[in-house]
Amino acid sequence: MYEIDARDVHYRELNAKIRKAIKEHNRDIVLHNVCGQYYIGCGLNDKNIKITINGVPGNDLGAFMNGPTIVVNDDVQDGIGNTMNGGKIVVYGNAGDVVAYSMRGGKIFIEKDVSYRACIHMKAYKEMNPTVVIGGCSGAFMGEYMAGGTLILLGLTKKEGKPLTGVYLATGMHGGKIFVRGGVDEKLLWKEAVVVSPTKEELGKIENEVKEFCNLFKIDYNEVMNEEFVKVVPKSTRPYGHLYFPGP
Amino acid sequence: MKWMKNLKSYVPPSFVVERDDYRCIRCKACVEQCSFDATFYDDEEDRVWTWNANCVGCNRCAAICPTDAITVKRAEPSYRYNHNWNGHVDSLKKRAIYGGTPVVSMGNDKPYPIYWDNMLLNASQVTNPSIDPLREPMELKTFLGRKPDSIHVDDSGLKTRLTPQLELDIPIMFAAMSYGALSYNVIESLGRAAKEMGTYYNSGEGGLNKDHYKFKGNIIVQVASGRFGVHKDYLDVGSAIEIKIGQGAKPGIGGHLPGEKVSETISETRMMPKGSDAISPAPHHDVYSIEDLRQLIYALKESTEYKKPVAVKIACVHNVAAIASGIARAGADIIVLDGFKGGTGASPQVIRDNIGLPLEVSLAVVDERLRQEGIRQYVSLVASGGIRNSMDVVKAIALGADAVYIGTAALIAIGCTMCQQCHTGKCAWGISTQDPHLSKRVNPDMASKRLINLLEVWALEIKETMGAMGINSIESLKGNRLNLRGVGLNDKELEILGILPAGE
Repeated sequence: MYEIDARDVHYRELNAKIRKAIKEHNRDIVLHNVCGQYYIGCGLNDKNIKITINGVPGNDLGAFMNGPTIVVNDDVQDGIGNTMNGGKIVVYGNAGDVVAYSMRGGKIFIEKDVSYRACIHMKAYKEMNPTVVIGGCSGAFMGEYMAGGTLILLGLTKKEGKPLTGVYLATGMHGGKIFVRGGVDEKLLWKEAVVVSPTKEELGKIENEVKEFCNLFKIDYNEVMNEEFVKVVPKSTRPYGHLYFPGP
Repeated sequence: MKWMKNLKSYVPPSFVVERDDYRCIRCKACVEQCSFDATFYDDEEDRVWTWNANCVGCNRCAAICPTDAITVKRAEPSYRYNHNWNGHVDSLKKRAIYGGTPVVSMGNDKPYPIYWDNMLLNASQVTNPSIDPLREPMELKTFLGRKPDSIHVDDSGLKTRLTPQLELDIPIMFAAMSYGALSYNVIESLGRAAKEMGTYYNSGEGGLNKDHYKFKGNIIVQVASGRFGVHKDYLDVGSAIEIKIGQGAKPGIGGHLPGEKVSETISETRMMPKGSDAISPAPHHDVYSIEDLRQLIYALKESTEYKKPVAVKIACVHNVAAIASGIARAGADIIVLDGFKGGTGASPQVIRDNIGLPLEVSLAVVDERLRQEGIRQYVSLVASGGIRNSMDVVKAIALGADAVYIGTAALIAIGCTMCQQCHTGKCAWGISTQDPHLSKRVNPDMASKRLINLLEVWALEIKETMGAMGINSIESLKGNRLNLRGVGLNDKELEILGILPAGE
């Protein structure tokens, strides 16, 4: 285990220290007193690296990352997993805006809530299938432009009488799947998407991911699975095709 | 009934194909070559027919016809002349028929002023010698990237640590045109030409096919709001990374690759469902301000360990100077200004034809603003959007550009006739298509040779004009507006362009 004290360290210096530690063959890195430093784990490429963060990391945590595991023992800010290609991020807390923007592979587990525009423009191709599990609730525009991948929203922090997601859910969605535990308020769902029941195969996928989630956050699996899951999918792979015709 | 005229959706054809029946030998080459179903062969009558309504005026048939039997002519509108409504009747009618808005391609084709053609260059006479580039040294090499405020040199050489720079043997690069918009063979040709000429081609926003990683050292990779094909290896292959905020042909909206062109390989490169429209969001949803842009710039710099310059491409819009100043301060190394005549593979017509600013004006005001603020050295400026010839390049550099991007000009070099059908994916010249049958019409050996020819000829022409002005290095031409004079421009235009009127 290689420890770095991040107190009063600028992000550029902190990230240089992390890269240096990796070059010196450290694979288990622990950062203490992290307070808003940007780009931790950004662009790292090695599957065997594990970075544990004590404190709140800044924006773009794990951006363009391809392989490592990042565990955050606190909340995170905006843009985690931005265009991430592989690896895993586990957040013991809440996340800010644009979680997993254009994520291409790997997994993200968030214990509690996420803010606006989670998982927008997520992509997938064959074996590359990013997965995001959010334990709490979400802000508006969740799954906007979604083109692929799997998003599971558990809503464990849902308050009585309050919706699970924000408005404009799945606007412009044209690929991928969103699974929501406990149903979706169809008023919030945008017109490009539709709510259906998950297939048996998909339920298997949900079970696996929820199991991993519950193990990470010490949550009772059976209680989580007690509630029904619904699936949000796009009505068409070409939601705006009818609005245009070939000119001039 | 494919060939039945349908009165319900009738608008007069834009082109008339005339076929000289005496010359026609019924070889059916035109039928085979036409990808728009405008030609067909009638067995019973042994005649080749034309369906004028489908003709887009690409001239592929005329070019391929072995006996020169075909002439494609623009159809004159036969409606009663109305200056106010001219050209609007059919476009209105089509909207009413299809219930959609037309998507078009290439650049703005409306008759807006072309300032390049109102600027004249200087030459040396008597008081200073002109230079003959064929027999005297002449330097076109330039470097793009942030320059230091001052440099320190001692006996061992340069002491100042420079930030990463792009080295260009000629100040012309190939603009961002994505794999998806263009066929595989065209990208291959652009890559080969860039490598041969010591310059760069831009991957565009659609990612890179694995085969094209071999052009490492001559690629600028683009990161747009859709983040198609963006991953660690892709960023590593680029000599520079360009963040695309906007595009001259469609300022304020995102990318749009129509589903017709999202084939299996494009689906793989972009990681999205086959046949769906590849939509890039209008903004980057992690960039809502200059501060956020700084964050993205540095995210890319962090992930490539500060080894590559980061460019930011914007469409020229009303406050372009203030925006460019913000971008320079946000840490960009290069700013790409894309004027409103820049091309596109697909854009709603209303956007292409009505939004943006001329490149000439934007370049002048951005260069001036950055100079006034004392930050011109922070960034290199790349002019893009409607550069048609080598003299546009010279004038752009004299107005303040460090280099230019050419897109449409490069495509014309390899066969494009600007029929504006890129968005249909049916390009009969094999350029803007993913149809394997069509895309093999571009032979990378020949196309890359043509691109190399074009750049070599332009380089010669640039050297000739620089020589005439008595300048032997492209660096001395940069921002050298004293070598420009305006003709037919009003006082305000001259003031904004920062040039004197002819005679002054």
